[in-house]
Amino acid sequence: MSDGTTLPPLSLHIPEPKARPGEAPDFGEMHLSPAGAVQRPAATAPETDLRFYPYQLIRVLDDEHQALGDWDPKLDTQTLLKGLRYMMLTRAYDERMVLVQRQGKTSFYMKSTGEEAVAVAQAMALDRGDMLFPSYRQQGLLVARDWPLLDMMCQVLNNHRDRLKGRQLPVMYSARDAGFFSISGNLGTQFPQAVGWAMASALKGDTRIAAAWVGDGTTAEGDFHHALTFASVYQAPVLLNVVNNQWAISTFQGFAGGERATFAQRALGFGIPGMRVDGNDFLAVYAVTAWAAERARRNLGPTLIELVTYRAAPHSTSDDPSAYRPQTEAAQWPLGDPIDRLMRHLVACGHWNEARHQALTRELDDYVKAQLKEAESHGTLGTSKHSPDSMFEDVFKDVPIHLQRQRREMQEG
Amino acid sequence: MAAMNMIQAINSAIDTTMERDENVVVFGEDVGYFGGVFRCTAGLQKKYGKKRVFDSPISEGGIMATAIGMGVYGLRPVTEIQFADYIYPAFDQLVSEAARLRYRSGGEFFAPLTVRSPCGGGIFGGQTHSQSPESMFTHVCGLKTVMPSNPYDAKGLLITAIEDDDPVVFFEPKRIYNGPFDGHHERPLTPWSKHAMGEVPEAYYKIPLGKAAIVRPGEKLTVITYGTMVHVCLAAVEQAQVDAEVIDLRSLLPLDLDTIVDSVKKTGRCVIVHEATRTCGFGAELMAVVQENCFWSLEAPIERVTGWDTPYPHALEWAYFPGPDRVAKALKKVAEA
Repeated sequence: MSDGTTLPPLSLHIPEPKARPGEAPDFGEMHLSPAGAVQRPAATAPETDLRFYPYQLIRVLDDEHQALGDWDPKLDTQTLLKGLRYMMLTRAYDERMVLVQRQGKTSFYMKSTGEEAVAVAQAMALDRGDMLFPSYRQQGLLVARDWPLLDMMCQVLNNHRDRLKGRQLPVMYSARDAGFFSISGNLGTQFPQAVGWAMASALKGDTRIAAAWVGDGTTAEGDFHHALTFASVYQAPVLLNVVNNQWAISTFQGFAGGERATFAQRALGFGIPGMRVDGNDFLAVYAVTAWAAERARRNLGPTLIELVTYRAAPHSTSDDPSAYRPQTEAAQWPLGDPIDRLMRHLVACGHWNEARHQALTRELDDYVKAQLKEAESHGTLGTSKHSPDSMFEDVFKDVPIHLQRQRREMQEG
Repeated sequence: MAAMNMIQAINSAIDTTMERDENVVVFGEDVGYFGGVFRCTAGLQKKYGKKRVFDSPISEGGIMATAIGMGVYGLRPVTEIQFADYIYPAFDQLVSEAARLRYRSGGEFFAPLTVRSPCGGGIFGGQTHSQSPESMFTHVCGLKTVMPSNPYDAKGLLITAIEDDDPVVFFEPKRIYNGPFDGHHERPLTPWSKHAMGEVPEAYYKIPLGKAAIVRPGEKLTVITYGTMVHVCLAAVEQAQVDAEVIDLRSLLPLDLDTIVDSVKKTGRCVIVHEATRTCGFGAELMAVVQENCFWSLEAPIERVTGWDTPYPHALEWAYFPGPDRVAKALKKVAEA
């Protein structure tokens, strides 16, 4: 029995980030395992042998841009250059589309700046037939699956050529032929849906696996826990990725529980492997994803992967991060920039140089501009009129009688 | 008195109640340090400290459940669900728990919480930032549902909601945060500073829940509406040149039956307007009460003007939105029937 009279009164803990605007960024408490220090277990290792991993940070590229340790996926130069190109293309696309939004040609945009390695390396490490259940910041998945930028741009512009018929907010892509699930906009709903897809694949004796993405903030939603429960119970062949980019709009990851435990540690209570990886290290992201995918394909069940990165851009074009975090924080992020790090690695290996890099930057920018010109020729938001009749389609497979009546009512004005 | 837009009036309502009652606490996604994505809680954490105004995890179900627990302890939580479109993970806690707690415990426990949530379209928010789900809440016994149409009402109603001992869902039409949008999206928005209802007392005052406002008296027909559509209806009345009486319900539940019935008995004609989808929308309930109470006074069938029964389409927002043309057409039709 405790003697309440001798104890101080209770007080509630309210998390607080290390630094706010005007203060110096502070990542001093971030635990960084040295590159190459964390060993790669066999993909067949029992979960009981893997419980140490959620506390580590798997890294391959060191500060001298060398690839170290047994997590090095030892990719050939062509693959590395492809990865660099996809990441740079994603960034060039993002930069251009923000300008398009500022010009009033669309209503909204969300960049993935600083997080390109997550989507690009993961898409490259998965098979083309695997099903992707993204959040709104994995445009790199589409880029790395060679999905036409023109198609993405037309969605963002909500123009005539937008396959989603102008119905969705910009960046809420859907690309069935790319194995890319329709983005909801509601947070985390796709996480347990991916588990369901993976369960179906296993039920039908298929070979394909699923992968899903949420941010650190979304791990607080019930759907995150539904996903882990079902994935664990049925040992579904699915990769559950938490992109820990530190900020959920203005709310730092401590409000999702990041002060007490890593997000990878959530896996422990469900008895599934939890891997924590340097999300700005292309090689490490590729290697961990390939490891988890192999495990899933061998019918050894799900893996939770925490990708530690930093949201260098505002949450969206409606957001102003200078109101809640130090402006220099992105520049001081200890895990650097994913494009810069892969580029320097390629240079260090003698496969790349400054001149080629600049030439590629220009080439990609020209490509994006040309694609945009084509996209804008199909109209922009407001100038490109979808038929209002189309509004009543796809609510159901067939337009039911009450919607036929409403459509007629609308046509009559 | 001060010129306030709706955001400032809502902020002032919370500020006023926090000053009077130390049990009022505010939490939700981004409401603390940042002051909310629409800035409705700006400055409150600085003024009252982060033990009374704090950020929450992104967990609408968790927000609602902990608000119930805090309310049971004796606090008076004011939570924000960032967009009404994101309220559904909290639905179980609201419907199964908050709404029935008093009943199932024979009055032993209750949940004096207020849920604020921006609703409605017209901001190019697409289907996940535009919904008007009020009828899903009015259908639940044990919940009160409020939707103001101007800064003055917003402050008075919100103070009442916060001080109410029952759970109140307080929907804020985000399209009118900065001015009385009348549906003419092609014209510049008049700011609240040029509108009489943008004059808001800085001090404490209350507007009772369940008391509608007649925003335009008239003889020819009755328009029953709320939220953004109040301003659209006023524009439509001008356009149609019909001497309509426009009723702003302000609170949907409790509902001010007397004002509705008196007006429809007087005019004999009724048009009901809301932005939400039609089928089982709140307009259906309004039609039912008018029919039940005013049948012998009606001279024409009741008309509804609503959003279509589809998700809110991003590019076709203005084809979806029930603008002044559609409302004016219904007014003429009912007036001439």
